[in-house]
Amino acid sequence: MNSQDPQVVSRRPGFLTRDALEKLFIVLSQLGYQILGPVVRDGAIQFDTLSAADQLPRGVSNDQQPGHYRLEQGENQRQFDWNHGPQGLKPVCFSPREVLWAEQSNPPVFNPVPPNIEPTAVVGVRACDLAALAIQDRHFLSGSDPDPHYRQRRESLLLIGVDCARSAATCFCASTGDGPALDGGYDIGMAELDEGFLIWRESDKGRTVIDQLDLLPASDAQLETMLQSTTQASLAQQRNLPDCDELLLLYKRLEHAHWDNVAERCLSCGNCTAVCPTCFCYEASHEMSLDGETAQMVRQWDSCFSATHSSMGQYQVRPTVKQRYRQWLTHKLAGWQSQQGRIGCTGCGRCIAWCPVGIDLTAETVAVLEEGSLDV
Amino acid sequence: MSRQKPKLAVHKFSSCDGCQLALLNLGEPLLQLPTLVDIVHFAEAGPSDPTAKVDISLVEGSISTPEDVQRIQQVRENSEILVTVGACATAGGVQALANFANRNDWMSAVYTDPDQIETLQTSNAIAEYVKVDWELQGCPINSRQVIGLLRDLLSGVRPREELQPVCMECKRKGLICTLVSLGEPCMGPVTRAGCGALCPAAGRGCYGCYGPAEQVNDASLLQRFSQLGLDRQALARRFHFIVNQAPAFKAAGERLKSGSHDRNA
Repeated sequence: MNSQDPQVVSRRPGFLTRDALEKLFIVLSQLGYQILGPVVRDGAIQFDTLSAADQLPRGVSNDQQPGHYRLEQGENQRQFDWNHGPQGLKPVCFSPREVLWAEQSNPPVFNPVPPNIEPTAVVGVRACDLAALAIQDRHFLSGSDPDPHYRQRRESLLLIGVDCARSAATCFCASTGDGPALDGGYDIGMAELDEGFLIWRESDKGRTVIDQLDLLPASDAQLETMLQSTTQASLAQQRNLPDCDELLLLYKRLEHAHWDNVAERCLSCGNCTAVCPTCFCYEASHEMSLDGETAQMVRQWDSCFSATHSSMGQYQVRPTVKQRYRQWLTHKLAGWQSQQGRIGCTGCGRCIAWCPVGIDLTAETVAVLEEGSLDV
Repeated sequence: MSRQKPKLAVHKFSSCDGCQLALLNLGEPLLQLPTLVDIVHFAEAGPSDPTAKVDISLVEGSISTPEDVQRIQQVRENSEILVTVGACATAGGVQALANFANRNDWMSAVYTDPDQIETLQTSNAIAEYVKVDWELQGCPINSRQVIGLLRDLLSGVRPREELQPVCMECKRKGLICTLVSLGEPCMGPVTRAGCGALCPAAGRGCYGCYGPAEQVNDASLLQRFSQLGLDRQALARRFHFIVNQAPAFKAAGERLKSGSHDRNA
């Protein structure tokens, strides 16, 4: 990826007035990028195709609580004053449902069905989602057989990140070390000020865009405001996760009574896994035409909360909700440390906000770790 | 199955015919269907031979009259494979709401001469009377389900059962959760997927017409919905609605009506 090139450029932001943000959109279009960016749709921030800066939200912030998400319209002119909606970059690279290949029976032929992809610039990506993308990259791209569909989508991206100048009540990226300031994994960085944007290149791919923006020099005061904003956003976070070593103790709490407590509330609906930017489980199955002459191999998001996920033949490994929640939490916060070199959580808090009954991963983790005695 | 084209029958009991439309609305595959099976009985589409022996019977509708009871026995005897389709055939249908009341009282209230009406006291699922080989859930079922079922049966493999809740379909489609973003109670978390999240796609909560998902946690749902202004009697009515006799929904509604959650709390 260009964003991981060794010659990473240090932050030397220039200044772009709010009115001049349009220039970024023009340059991206001229360079042949389709633009994905935040829009307000159905009461949430969603990434959709954009053609102009005036399609961005204005003065929109979000109230996120356990099981609760509301946008709030303020008086200010800020365009990135929200934190995030239900999805980050996951559906952009890891399609929720896609055809992997097509088959015909007579004569037997297997045809690849490559995704239809064009260079895509994503505007307004948050630090937590960039960290999650790096985790998904490791999952789908490492090893001798990288996932071809994921790779094609991933390589088409130009990522324009933006610092979070405020945190939602469900955010805890500071405690996982993944935000609220951008920290690598992007091509162009942005920080929003009242009067406009500080903007800088992080990769050579980003340089091509930045060089055409005619940036003004940023003042020391503006740079100071940028740093203060993310510091304040970090200090304002109300939730946190214990450190990685402590999380490994989850393995010693497999029989803790609190798992039953969570299971009483959990609907096993899978929403937490669907909105989690790092969850990568999928199912793949044949969908045949009625005459049986043709078929498609279809892959779609699955969840460790579904009955079929742990089913082998007719045997279910995890028939109870308690087992499924325990599997999800211990895998994400402990198992990933040995599999992926870090925990599988980047502190975005989506699993808290989008859980229909408001189950709070941070609170459940602490309850399992702090109460009761060790199993062994 | 024999080397000849398998014979297919579509039987109707107490129902609105909406599930039969899932066949008639197949589109291009409808033209393929007669090349794959002999449709010997499907009164709504034309062919009528209700007592024919067939390889596959699709049965729509619930059992609500003494005549239905006789007829379903005959259908069973004549069918190699019997598949019930839709909420009526699999769980008694919306008409089974009368099972919670005294049917004679209702008939007296509606008809001037109720003695003319020959009916059972309850509307019941087909499986209450005969062995059922497979079920398609939904009110109504859709063409995608019918194609999947028929193809799998013709291939001689076990059809796939949808067990995930509607929430998974919502999230795959990028739909915004009405419960979380609007505070609108939605039955999606306890309802089986398969409809393609039709109602959430239109910005309203799911009302459970595809029946129970694998897990139905009514106690937790009650706690959440109470915060949104829906009391337990109202939630009970959401369980006792289109698929009110499906065991998981029936039991959830009865727990809510009796207030057993409150006593356990």
